Amino acid sequence: MILKLENVHKKFGNTEILKGVGLEVNKGDVVTILGPSGSGKTTLLRIANFLEKADQGTLQFDDLHLQLGQVSKKQMRSVRMRTGFVFQNYNLFSNKTALENVIEGLITARNIPVKEAEIIGKTVLEKVGLASRYDFYPSQLSGGQQQRVGIARAMATEPEVIFLDEPTSALDPELIGEVLNVIKKLAIEGTTMVIVTHEINFAELVSNKVYFIENGVVLETGTPQDIFYNPKEKRTQQFLQRIRR
Amino acid sequence: MNTSIISLLINSFWQILVPGLEITIPLTLISFFLGIIIAIFVALIQIADISVAKHIARFYIWIFRGTPLLVQLYIIFYGLPSLGVQLAAIPSAIIAFSLNVGAYTSETLRAAILSVPKGQLEAGYCAGLTFIQTMHRIILPQAFKVAFPPLFNSFISLVKDTSLAANITVLEMFMATQRIAARTYEPFALYCEVGAIYLLFCTVLTKVQIYGERKLNNEW
Repeated sequence: MILKLENVHKKFGNTEILKGVGLEVNKGDVVTILGPSGSGKTTLLRIANFLEKADQGTLQFDDLHLQLGQVSKKQMRSVRMRTGFVFQNYNLFSNKTALENVIEGLITARNIPVKEAEIIGKTVLEKVGLASRYDFYPSQLSGGQQQRVGIARAMATEPEVIFLDEPTSALDPELIGEVLNVIKKLAIEGTTMVIVTHEINFAELVSNKVYFIENGVVLETGTPQDIFYNPKEKRTQQFLQRIRR
Repeated sequence: MNTSIISLLINSFWQILVPGLEITIPLTLISFFLGIIIAIFVALIQIADISVAKHIARFYIWIFRGTPLLVQLYIIFYGLPSLGVQLAAIPSAIIAFSLNVGAYTSETLRAAILSVPKGQLEAGYCAGLTFIQTMHRIILPQAFKVAFPPLFNSFISLVKDTSLAANITVLEMFMATQRIAARTYEPFALYCEVGAIYLLFCTVLTKVQIYGERKLNNEW
């Protein structure tokens, strides 16, 4: 077990987004979080990396046990140093080239010499198929390319878990494939990932565990086989029907 | 225009320009530099949402934007000695100008920082960077590009505002002009002349601004 969230509660104003959600991730897992929009799945992912502060709950990361309401900046950073995050809107650093984006976490946060970091950065960019785009600024790249830089940036630090928050939702349909292929490659290599996505065919292909979240609770969890072909809950069935149409 | 006025303008030109180069420009540069440093801190304190410091920052901005610069100069130079703080004219002017500029430009910077998408700060955190590191490496360089034209506005304003220092005995360009005018009884010609010199300074700065913007817009 590398990551475990338990009993996570979160309110935005008077709206309760998460009502006691849990999530367990083992090394090598590719976990997919499914659910209708507004169900709280993105919030859960953001809480796991402290981009959102939970009201209540616990987080266990490897040997670290944290009460979510009271995490220090140091503890946040120590978890972030061991994880990667891929955003729906890429969130690349606009003032840095593709390569600089990828190595920023290495040189600034981890004090790796620039020369050494550049070798790592180039290798990772090559892996996501952007070997010819090192010196391009985000504004000069397509959405699919930007997201692949985003994935490369998350990979470069060799994190123990990568969180991906709807990595293809902001992309034109024709660009989705190139990003999914990169993620698939990571899955095959055994990278531990937690993915929030609506791409259920892809989820079935890469993940070994699926969580279905609705109205702030985990309604159902199981293997892709269980959830996609044999859902127990009526709501899961309805959701899949709607999303497949 | 008769020849005596022309020769007066020529003779006085250097007598006005020299204090301009020796006092007005250094006073502007030093005050603006210090003001920007104050502004960065004041803006970051508010962005980082540090509770008590944030209120102090808002209070400072409220005071220095809400009172006349001339009053601030008078309080620091003429007022503080009665509290036992005696400062020479030029240090007083530098303090007043930099605090005043800091209050205004901190708001410029704050707005510019907020104009950078928040996701980049989050991405910085996720890459393992601290708040300060992300600001320094990612956010501030982008904010600076946005803030550059309005900062130059403040800079150009300050060049002219330094003339207020004449009121607290700083012998800058305007005071030098006043003295010549008092001696020669040619206020119209001389004040036009000093105005033209301020205009000249600001024209040079406008060119610098255009050059700087072009430079900043080259990349990303």
